[in-house]
Amino acid sequence: MIKIEAILQPSKLDAVKDALLEAGIEGMTILEARGHGRQKGHTEFYRGREYTVDLLPKVKIELVVKDDQKEKTIQAIIGAARTGRIGDGKIFVSPVAEAIRIRNDERGETAL
Amino acid sequence: MCRRGIKLLLLLAVLGVPGMALAVAPDLAPPASAPATQAQIAALQQAINNQQAATASAQSAGDNAWMLTSAALVLLMTGPGLALFYGGLVRRKNILGTMMQSFAMMCLITVLWAIVGYSLAFGPGNAFVGGFQNLFLRGVGVTPNLNYAPTIPEQTLMIYQLMFAIITPALISGAFAERMKFSSMAVFLSLWSLFVYCPMAHMVWGVGGLLNSSNIHARFPSFDFAGGTVVHITSGVSALVCCLYLGKRAGYPHTKMQPHSLVLSFIGACLLWVGWFGFNAGSALAASPLATSAFVNTHFATAAAAIGWAVAEWIHNGKPTALGAISGAVAGLVAITPASGFVQPMSALIIGLVAGVVCFSMVFLVKSFFGYDDSLDAFGVHGAGGTVGALLTGVFAASIINPVFKDAAGNPLPSGVIDGHWGQMINQSAGVAIAWSISIVGTLVLLFVVDKVMGLRVSPEQESEGLDLSQHGEEGYDFNT
Repeated sequence: MIKIEAILQPSKLDAVKDALLEAGIEGMTILEARGHGRQKGHTEFYRGREYTVDLLPKVKIELVVKDDQKEKTIQAIIGAARTGRIGDGKIFVSPVAEAIRIRNDERGETAL
Repeated sequence: MCRRGIKLLLLLAVLGVPGMALAVAPDLAPPASAPATQAQIAALQQAINNQQAATASAQSAGDNAWMLTSAALVLLMTGPGLALFYGGLVRRKNILGTMMQSFAMMCLITVLWAIVGYSLAFGPGNAFVGGFQNLFLRGVGVTPNLNYAPTIPEQTLMIYQLMFAIITPALISGAFAERMKFSSMAVFLSLWSLFVYCPMAHMVWGVGGLLNSSNIHARFPSFDFAGGTVVHITSGVSALVCCLYLGKRAGYPHTKMQPHSLVLSFIGACLLWVGWFGFNAGSALAASPLATSAFVNTHFATAAAAIGWAVAEWIHNGKPTALGAISGAVAGLVAITPASGFVQPMSALIIGLVAGVVCFSMVFLVKSFFGYDDSLDAFGVHGAGGTVGALLTGVFAASIINPVFKDAAGNPLPSGVIDGHWGQMINQSAGVAIAWSISIVGTLVLLFVVDKVMGLRVSPEQESEGLDLSQHGEEGYDFNT
């Protein structure tokens, strides 16, 4: 089992969610986050003082999928989220040691 | 036979025509009996008296209706107008604390005013302050007080003026936002209301007041229709003293301290604009043409000032901000306050435009030059706007709008510079100078006393935690429930 974490532009959330559902991936966790990579922030004014806002709103999706679903999932996300410009986001992949369904104590890939 | 008939006909005509005239106009005839006519005259006199009473009653009803409405509008300016305006400008962790400062004034000042405040401001006394004649509102009932407003119950005047007494200290809270203890704020502003506001109100509006333009013995009859000096200069200058005494917020000016909700501030500013019609037009103390004048002037000045600030900011910073536009509007409202019942509509546009640009400069240039932390620009908008407005009132006051000065025969005399009365600028300056002085001295003394007794500022930990949690044990917003 692997965990896929994708940091996205908030405006891309709906498209990515739909793409994942179409690819057969049903479980996901969405978090609201702030951050930046190489993308520059923007300036805001308050009473004549200029402030640089460099913590930009982002959306993070976390998914845990079976090993054979990895490529499908990644392609779904990239297909929906890519615009070609700086700020599209990043995907991180890591192994998952265990997965447990709380309702009935199922373990392993069947718990996903 | 024919000639006699003709003579008879002529005789009848000669007697008949005047006879018919007498029949049609019975009052030309001498009275048949004296008592019946006297009864008629008495009845007519009674009818005239009734008519006059009915007219006076209708006038009173109109005036009282407008004045009670105005009182409600002015209260709306504090709650929620000012509460929202200031609340939106502070960081999220201080929203409740900020709103509570306005709300506390709505409650505390009411009680103080009822007990002694009204008496000190509007009761008879000397040129500087009233007395204790109306302690516990003794004598303040439905009978009009002829010194102030002959057509409305004195209680209406009292409740209307109370709303002014409420908002004035609430305005000061903008200067010490995010760092003052709730208990100390309550004590300090209550004392301020008694020792600074009431005397100033008495001097400008009270019977025998030193600056009262309707007091023929006034040393410096100053034009202040709705409280440019009484409310705005005092609160604005006191605000400056407060922010200098208390010091800057922790982290100012390096840390970003943005308004957490300009939406709330926007709503608050619009409520202030609408409420201010009660503040200015209500100061006519009647539903009169003068109220109309004040209403129109208020609206015109506000619009012009918002444009003035927005354009100045557009040029200076490249973009017209929403905060700038609403701040400009408030600056215009402040500046037109003393002038509203004295100037012509076109003058109001000019006053507004000047105030918008001047207050913009105060906030953007002067504040950053000196580096004081007037957190919500109470001094920049109210202190500066009030001063500009009070002085421009002397320039633009026209007797054609409000003939305050009259000669022995009752003819209007020139009011302001626009009428040719340059001397009025001395009177206006005296009002401004007294407002500044009493504010600086009174505020310093009271801050010092309250500081020594109970401390003014929250601790650094409390300031970091926020007023909502540290002072009130609450959070303004809970996004988790």
